Amino acid sequence: MNEAELQAWVDGRLPPDRQAAVDRYLAENPAEAARLQAYREQNAALLALFDDTLDAPVPDALAARRPDAPSAGPTGGAAVPAWRRMAAMLAVAIGAGVIGGAAGWTLRGTGTDAGAGLAAGAAAQSPAALPRQAAIAHAVYTPEVKHPVEVGADQQQHLVAWLSKRLGKQLRPPQLAKQGYELVGGRLLPGDSGPVAQFMYADASGQRLTLYVSSGQKQNRDTGFRFAQEGNVGVFYWIDGSFGYALSAAVGKKELSQIANAVYEQLLPN
Amino acid sequence: MQEVHERLLACLPRLRRYARALTGDSASADDLVQDTVERGWARIAQWRPDGDLRAWLFGIMHNLHIDQLRRSPPPSMELDDADLPAAPPTATLDLRDLEHALQQLPAAQREVLLLVALEEMRYEDVAATLDIPLGTVMSRLSRARENLRRLMAGQPPAATLKVVK
Repeated sequence: MNEAELQAWVDGRLPPDRQAAVDRYLAENPAEAARLQAYREQNAALLALFDDTLDAPVPDALAARRPDAPSAGPTGGAAVPAWRRMAAMLAVAIGAGVIGGAAGWTLRGTGTDAGAGLAAGAAAQSPAALPRQAAIAHAVYTPEVKHPVEVGADQQQHLVAWLSKRLGKQLRPPQLAKQGYELVGGRLLPGDSGPVAQFMYADASGQRLTLYVSSGQKQNRDTGFRFAQEGNVGVFYWIDGSFGYALSAAVGKKELSQIANAVYEQLLPN
Repeated sequence: MQEVHERLLACLPRLRRYARALTGDSASADDLVQDTVERGWARIAQWRPDGDLRAWLFGIMHNLHIDQLRRSPPPSMELDDADLPAAPPTATLDLRDLEHALQQLPAAQREVLLLVALEEMRYEDVAATLDIPLGTVMSRLSRARENLRRLMAGQPPAATLKVVK
């Protein structure tokens, strides 16, 4: 019996006549049978081990990856025309919210309008775009039950390192225990001027608030504290250098302002 | 082209799972997937529409991973018999031990095993994806499984392994 056939038996890839031949061989060779059975258990264990990875929501930064992203690297001359055409197609598809809907993970369980606004990042480069995008991102992800965040607070070190790398800035999620909120986790989102980190917090009653940290603010001019109301979501926001911060929650303005002050103080450079 | 994009998106969960199993940590895996998707987009014109998009993307990921290993090989040392656990683990297939053992396999064996066991790829497709002969796929598969079995049983592996500290 050759080893390649035994391996194929493990994976159930033998034609029926060879399968029967190997079965007979194994019936007479208990040691070999035990070895191959262990390999079959390996297959099952590997699938079980990485099962959750397959079910995890794909980061939006990956799903929304466009071929005209600056980091896409050099391409061959022949590739360019198809590439450009696809970029145009993608822009249309993203604008229409088709990708989120079809793929079923980016904006699960949300209205297409909110999804299109978020994915397209179509808002103009005015400071007012920041609270709007933050409020949309808040509305999209806070109702999530199964996957509100991509990386949970139990992996805080990984979460912070990953988001910091993508935004090009050392991030520190504020500690809001005094205000009654604990960090749930975070996710990476596409923004119109660069990647965006969203940190999510929840209090004991399940009330969620999100801190939206956006890179590449073009105004490059600091603003004071501002407040915007988007539907039932209140947003405190400010711009600090090239970074925009927005704290969103469906709570009263007064309560939100107290939390926003705590966040602001903790984010100040030491 | 729209269809290609959707098909590529559909491959993402599998690419992530494979990257996670290959690299052993989530941050490296996400970076590897990101790089794979970017290179895939940049070279999409080279993909033949009648080809297997998944195998093509896995091939790209394989090449990127090899490049990374060449650029910055992980700190490693020869595995000595004395380093192996004296007693077998209590559970025969504890998943945490399995992941640790998996990362102790040489990358070439790990890749073949994951494509077969996790991706359930046909051996011919594994050979095409990794650009190696079918016979090499089968011998690496056999060695990977036996090494993993021995590591899980607390026995010395059949061949010298590299251990990542």
